[in-house]
Amino acid sequence: MTTTIVALVVLAIGTYTMKAVGPVLAGGRELPPWLARLTRLLPAALLAALVATQTVVDGTSLTLDARVVGVGVAAVAVALRAPFAVVVFLGAGVTAAVRALGWG
Amino acid sequence: MHPLDRTNASSRPEPVLAKAIPVGIAVAVYGLSYGVLAVAAGLSPAVAVLSSVIVLAGGSQFAFVGVLAAGGNPFAGAASGLLLNLRYLAFGLAIAPHLPRARLPRRLLDSYLVVDESVALAVATDDGDVARRFRLVGATVVPGWLGATALGAYGGALIGDPEVFGLDAAFPAGFLALLSPFLRTRQGRVAAIVGVTLALALTPVAPPGVPILAAGAGALVAMRLFPEPSGAGGSPDHAADTSSRDRADPPSTDDIGGRKSDDEVRR
Repeated sequence: MTTTIVALVVLAIGTYTMKAVGPVLAGGRELPPWLARLTRLLPAALLAALVATQTVVDGTSLTLDARVVGVGVAAVAVALRAPFAVVVFLGAGVTAAVRALGWG
Repeated sequence: MHPLDRTNASSRPEPVLAKAIPVGIAVAVYGLSYGVLAVAAGLSPAVAVLSSVIVLAGGSQFAFVGVLAAGGNPFAGAASGLLLNLRYLAFGLAIAPHLPRARLPRRLLDSYLVVDESVALAVATDDGDVARRFRLVGATVVPGWLGATALGAYGGALIGDPEVFGLDAAFPAGFLALLSPFLRTRQGRVAAIVGVTLALALTPVAPPGVPILAAGAGALVAMRLFPEPSGAGGSPDHAADTSSRDRADPPSTDDIGGRKSDDEVRR
């Protein structure tokens, strides 16, 4: 738990620093366009990777289990513009149901 | 917006309050989910609440506990979170010109209020008191986020085995919801595909958490493949379609720092 808290503090300090550069330095500068683009593309790459690894990864191997079904249903919900809570609830609920039925 | 509206801007009722309610609800639900999942990932309820207080950035908090839940190193989780939060550099710079000159303590406090919702709603329209809107929304979102986290965390601690309730799948489902706005542009899609490929390819050979960081290179690849003339804030097919964004994920924007369009003014 201590490592976790230290890591959280690192995340917190780094995040706050980034938020504070503008208001504290207030130079009226804008981010260079390439950096602005990068900050918009990083979430695309990282979030996608998180979706993939948290769906099919078990430790260090790739596997298909109940999560695939749950995330698949969640994907449909996202495509149908369902609210965040519904997507998460469906993902969890469908996975739980599949497990209760005996798979994954 | 009708030209005459500008001259009466100061006498109109503050329209942001109407927006603040759905935003507040979205933030509360989002925070509740985070609280439950943070505890499912192994954080104590107190640490879960602490994380919301000191980080105050939902996406990165989810990523952090998601990496933990998958057995990854906390520092890899923190690094992923920091990469996700790079956008706050842009957000802080976007709100800074609108903040009146003030002493350092006030500026430090304003920095704390920089979240997706406060900056997005404040700069969406160019009239009225941007700083006041920013602080108003910030002052609503922050307690909402913290309170909801606490509710979710202490309530979620009552849940036994997270996997029985499929909570491990709640993470990728949530990430999918957060990801969807970024898939609207070709560059975003390319970044996503490359990121996924890198992460899955590295999983068997790298320590947990590292594949996610490596996936960030997908953003660099997308930038290489889609060079833009400098000064362009975003790609043309990325219209500010924020009404749908509000539903699939908690209010956020990735056009901050770029040009404003009529769509954003309408929002």
